[in-house]
Amino acid sequence: MTYIPHTDFRTDFYAIAHWIRSGARVLDLGCGEGLLLSYLSETRNIVGYGVDIDDANILACLNNKINVIQGDLEFGLSIFESKSFDYVILSQTLQAMRNTNGIIKEMMRVGKEGIITFPNFGHWRNRLQIACGRMPVSKTLPYQWFDTPNVHLCTLVDFENFCGQHNVRILERRIMNRDHQIIFAPNLFGALAFYRLEQQEG
Amino acid sequence: MQNLTSVGIVTSQAVCFDTPLHLQSGAVLDSYSLTYETYGELNATKSNAILICHALSGNHHVAGYYADNTQNLGWWDNMVGPGKPIDTRKFFVVGVNNLGGCHGSTGPSSINPRTGKSYGASFPVVTVEDWVETQVRLINHLGINQLAVIMGGSLGGMQALQWTLSFPNRIRHSIVIAAAAKLTAQNIAFNDVARQAIITDQDFYGGDYYLHDVLPRRGLRLARMLGHITYLSGDSMAKKFGRELRNKKFNFDFNVEFEIESYLRYQGDKFAEQFDANTYLIMTKALDYFDPARRYNNNLSNAFHSVKAKFLVLSFTTDWRFPSEHSRYIIKALVDNKLDVSYAEITSSHGHDSFLMEDSHYHELVRAYVNNIII
Repeated sequence: MTYIPHTDFRTDFYAIAHWIRSGARVLDLGCGEGLLLSYLSETRNIVGYGVDIDDANILACLNNKINVIQGDLEFGLSIFESKSFDYVILSQTLQAMRNTNGIIKEMMRVGKEGIITFPNFGHWRNRLQIACGRMPVSKTLPYQWFDTPNVHLCTLVDFENFCGQHNVRILERRIMNRDHQIIFAPNLFGALAFYRLEQQEG
Repeated sequence: MQNLTSVGIVTSQAVCFDTPLHLQSGAVLDSYSLTYETYGELNATKSNAILICHALSGNHHVAGYYADNTQNLGWWDNMVGPGKPIDTRKFFVVGVNNLGGCHGSTGPSSINPRTGKSYGASFPVVTVEDWVETQVRLINHLGINQLAVIMGGSLGGMQALQWTLSFPNRIRHSIVIAAAAKLTAQNIAFNDVARQAIITDQDFYGGDYYLHDVLPRRGLRLARMLGHITYLSGDSMAKKFGRELRNKKFNFDFNVEFEIESYLRYQGDKFAEQFDANTYLIMTKALDYFDPARRYNNNLSNAFHSVKAKFLVLSFTTDWRFPSEHSRYIIKALVDNKLDVSYAEITSSHGHDSFLMEDSHYHELVRAYVNNIII
């Protein structure tokens, strides 16, 4: 389910790996060819599984010696027990999910922590293109309006509001533009957002 | 037959075991023989062995063909051979006819040394666990301590699962295809109709038809016809046969008219000549009984507690006899036990029989998994 090509994948991987404890159990949703899991097992000695829907990705994972389970995230994570993973990762897949609420709820059930990354729709280039009367097309959003798999795009502010409304606590966030971490006006200058989350009681 | 990726001419072998075998049913077999075939070479460290378990109507003839019958291709010849997904240039592959079978291994049609007559109805009902016990003896006989892979589809997949439970230290990888950790009521129902067809055939003679020089052909034929319907998908049948009529018109009688009728009757007739009815009964019972979670309070995850193997589990989209949710149930138990496992649901139109078909994605998945096994 890798809808967005991992163009800046090394930055992407690095930012995620930074948060992962050594030897952790990791579930990577929409794992693609298993490159992130492969990177994490090399750099963080993690164990875990990928989940993906795409036939070619399943085959690639087998070739890459990655445990992968074929399945549709839209139907939830019912085969995984609650709190059975240290981290559940949803990397650049959230915006392509139809059942946004459902998958975040499932992630937070199955994982002690969740890591979500997504392209920030509030980035100034997107705003500029909209202001000029066009749907944004960029490095992190490479699709035309008519062929995009992205059905639920959001800005940092939107996402953080969503978390607040759903009792999801933001433990840490990292906002990136290419290789740089964005501190000032992240909703304007950040292209990719990384969040580390946990479910709040109640 | 010029086939560069075939293992070529093969010969069957047999081994007799004299150590009494205590079966799950409580019955004891004093001695029995197993018929098997091997392909490829066992390496010096004996670390490259793959055992292939067969399904209901299969046998030990997995790949290649016989010198005196080049048309008789092994049932998984598209999977096993030089350059094939199970590459016999790398692996030493063993095919075995299960106990109770009718292709050489001791079964109901064999002569009982105690009586000098066919076992017939007196042949004990055997289970998947019993088979695995006999298979490990075969592996011992071949001097193999640990299998690189145990592999099978359908009932064969159940054996591949049971191996990891019964002998966790003697198996490294298990490839479980189009299988289930237990049959559903519907599945058992199909099996019982098949058994009833055989048992109520007046030529069955309570299982001792050998003594009367007859075969319960009608019953076995019906059993096979029913089974065959359930192994195909509605779509594949529609595509292959549709509503085609043999004579292009209705005859208004009960003879063969639709192509599907002709096909099923042909398959049934062929099978009734080749297969033993008592073996069919035993195989379907083994399917019905298989339920490793039963003694663990129906908790499959607990049943898998001591399992160590790594798994590849495969299912097929149109398999309604062993649907994907059965495989996911297995996956859940494996994941619960933190075992290495990969699972693919393969798009195929051929129903349960897909596991026997040549399909590039299916075969690439097996190839990719097996290629990464270090021997």
